[in-house]
Amino acid sequence: MPSSSDSRAADPRDLGGPIQPLLKVRGLVKHFSVRGGAGKRRVVRAVDGIDFEVRKGETLGVVGESGCGKSTTARLLMQLIKLDAGELIFDAATVGGQQLPLREFRRQVQMVFQDSYSSLNPRMTIEQSVAFGPRVHGVGRRESMARARSLLDRVGLDPQRFGGRYPHELSGGQRQRVNIARALALEPRLVILDEAVSALDKSVEAQVLNLLDDLKRSMALTYVFISHDLHVVRYVSDRILVMYLGEVIEIGPAEALFERSAHPYTVALLGSMPSLDPDQRTEAPPLVGDPPSPIDPPSGCRFHTRCPYAEPLCAEQKPPFAELDEGHRAACWMVVPGSQHSQAAKAQCVDA
Amino acid sequence: MSDLQPAAMVETRGLKVRFEQAGKRIEAVNGVDLSVSRGEALALIGESGSGKSVTLRALMRLHPERSTRIEGQIEIEGRELMAMSRGELSRLRGGEVAMIFQEPLLALDPVYTVGQQIVEGLRRHRGLSRSEARARALEALKSVRIPSPESRLDAYPHEMSGGMRQRAMIALALSCHPKLLLADEPTTALDATVQIQILILLRELRRELGLALIFVTHDIAAAAEVADRVAVMYGGRIVEMAPVRELLRAPRHPYTIALLASRPDGGLAKGKRLETIPGSPPDLAALPPGCAFAPRCRHAMAICSSQLPPSERIDSEHLVACHWAMGRSDADPYTQPRQEERMDR
Ligand SMILES: Nc1ncnc2c1ncn2[C@@H]1O[C@H](COP(=O)(O)OP(=O)(O)OP(=O)(O)O)[C@@H](O)[C@H]1O
Ligand SMILES: Nc1ncnc2c1ncn2[C@@H]1O[C@H](COP(=O)(O)OP(=O)(O)O)[C@@H](O)[C@H]1O
Ligand code: SF4
Ligand code: SF4
Ligand SMILES: [Mg+2]
Ligand SMILES: [Mg+2]
Repeated sequence: MPSSSDSRAADPRDLGGPIQPLLKVRGLVKHFSVRGGAGKRRVVRAVDGIDFEVRKGETLGVVGESGCGKSTTARLLMQLIKLDAGELIFDAATVGGQQLPLREFRRQVQMVFQDSYSSLNPRMTIEQSVAFGPRVHGVGRRESMARARSLLDRVGLDPQRFGGRYPHELSGGQRQRVNIARALALEPRLVILDEAVSALDKSVEAQVLNLLDDLKRSMALTYVFISHDLHVVRYVSDRILVMYLGEVIEIGPAEALFERSAHPYTVALLGSMPSLDPDQRTEAPPLVGDPPSPIDPPSGCRFHTRCPYAEPLCAEQKPPFAELDEGHRAACWMVVPGSQHSQAAKAQCVDA
Repeated sequence: MSDLQPAAMVETRGLKVRFEQAGKRIEAVNGVDLSVSRGEALALIGESGSGKSVTLRALMRLHPERSTRIEGQIEIEGRELMAMSRGELSRLRGGEVAMIFQEPLLALDPVYTVGQQIVEGLRRHRGLSRSEARARALEALKSVRIPSPESRLDAYPHEMSGGMRQRAMIALALSCHPKLLLADEPTTALDATVQIQILILLRELRRELGLALIFVTHDIAAAAEVADRVAVMYGGRIVEMAPVRELLRAPRHPYTIALLASRPDGGLAKGKRLETIPGSPPDLAALPPGCAFAPRCRHAMAICSSQLPPSERIDSEHLVACHWAMGRSDADPYTQPRQEERMDR
């Protein structure tokens, strides 16, 4: 999607300027303690030390198998759950610090979930739902309602016809539009979309994706877009981040990531997309079995138990993030120039 | 299909399913004609509520008898399903015809191990001894490529991951060597990496066992991996049916065309708008007399809202139900079909 730098130039909220990432994530960790067998406590390493940036005006796609930590990451970015370690820097200010108290941060970051039903209060009309956020943040009643109506209009729901309806009186696609309107009511700068279109029929999904594109341009938004649908992620994202068992294993521009995937897991994940051409069906599954449990994840490179290129080194040492190209990085020993991996020579040499 | 086409494994003619609900009559399936031969895979695609699952469940008579009215004919290997006795039905279900669902936890009983459930089915349907049945259960788990199948026999469903459970359910369905497998969105809830494993598994099992397969999905790409033919449903009718290649390359029904264009696929340039279908799906309690797609169709004409477009052959294996696709217009509503004669039904 084209960048919205024009509208941003005039944005008084933009403190750090265009080069400063909107959000910097450093060493983010979240472990959950769960009851294992025989009453023993075990630790789920849901998010295990991740770093990345969200650039101003971009759409950052996030992909990975179920349970790899995408939603946990989203909830950490929203500060819906407490971080065990790490920090978030929003437009040069530390989140929760003096410059940017949590309450102020929460206005600027909003989230849309997959389940359009349970995220709306069944006893409120959709107009009231959309007006609720501004009300809580001290906007007057009349002003909040006016804002709600104009937002409903913007997401393609005629406020005259729909404003007084309750959530159960809408279709799934219409409810998801309400959720989007509600997320935008506080004029956020960052919107996190966690499987926001996944429950919709394809034709409705297309409508909502077009809407998200329009809103992004007109409201100078930045998106973090989580989805298991790789076709959709490729279509909407400027850059894509790939997660595996609580870690980021590759990040890069969307086209580079699809055309020149570096990490064997990314290759396998993308190779799992069903082919739309019956004459070129997928012959063999790129991966067998399910991902291992995030309780006691494998040592070294966490992918080594399923990786066709795994060597002893991979089980012993965690590979560092190596840069392949401008902004395209992967955590695999094969990409690290001069590593002990027998295929390392194939990687482009970065340093002399 | 060739001239040597064997008798159909399953065939429906004019299948209609109506539900009576709170004084309303929901017309969920409205005249479906389909035929699947041995070893053939047919995909049913369409948006939610189009009648895919209701059609599939009718093929096993799974609908509650009291609130459901079924009209038309359903034949399983030439036998009339609606005329079967309770005993015949229960031999059929899980014996010759098996079904798998999107959510394996609904099909698997949480209080029994996977092995116990497969053994129980085999003893009931095939009259095997306990040890024979256990050997067959192990074979079934192997056939769905479950890792360490011996230990999985004694595992409970909740001890398995989603992909593993889906395989266990397929193993349960296949253990009695059915001839027809009905699969209702069997991969929708799975990760891409696991989905492709199950799709390939279904394809291989079909080849190895000569299984006929009806595969319900809302994902055309999943259909492209598995199916020989695709039937597109809208408002409880099959609006287009063709071999999968033909359907993908030369769709003829405006709904199919729009559905294919709304997919954000690899080839689509960034920033290009996705095609959308305006409006919403039809109200099945108040279907219009003509084409149910007319209020959303960019090619709709006056005849579309008054005359139901019949299902007609565009060529030997390609059927479409659309006035526009057949070259009719308001000025010339009786123009004969462009290429082939009308199907005589
Ligand atoms: N509150 C919690 N208590 C215990 N474990 C949790 C909790 N929330 C998440 N987890 C675990 O953390 C891991 C990551 O979960 P998360 O929901 O982030 O996955 P995800 O990538 O969003 O998966 P999906 O694609 O299925 O949505 C999983 O193993 C999950 O079971
Ligand atoms: N037991 C039932 N009673 C009333 N309506 C039903 C019943 N089962 C399905 N329907 C309705 O029939 C229509 C078709 O449903 P279904 O076949 O499940 O759609 P899908 O194509 O998504 O599988 C829907 O409108 C659904 O609500
Ligand atoms: S580090 Fe080793 S195991 Fe990990 S992805 Fe690279 S080659 Fe495979
Ligand atoms: S019959 Fe008419 S309304 Fe229906 S799909 Fe064809 S052109 Fe459109
Ligand atoms: Mg999630
Ligand atoms: Mg269904």
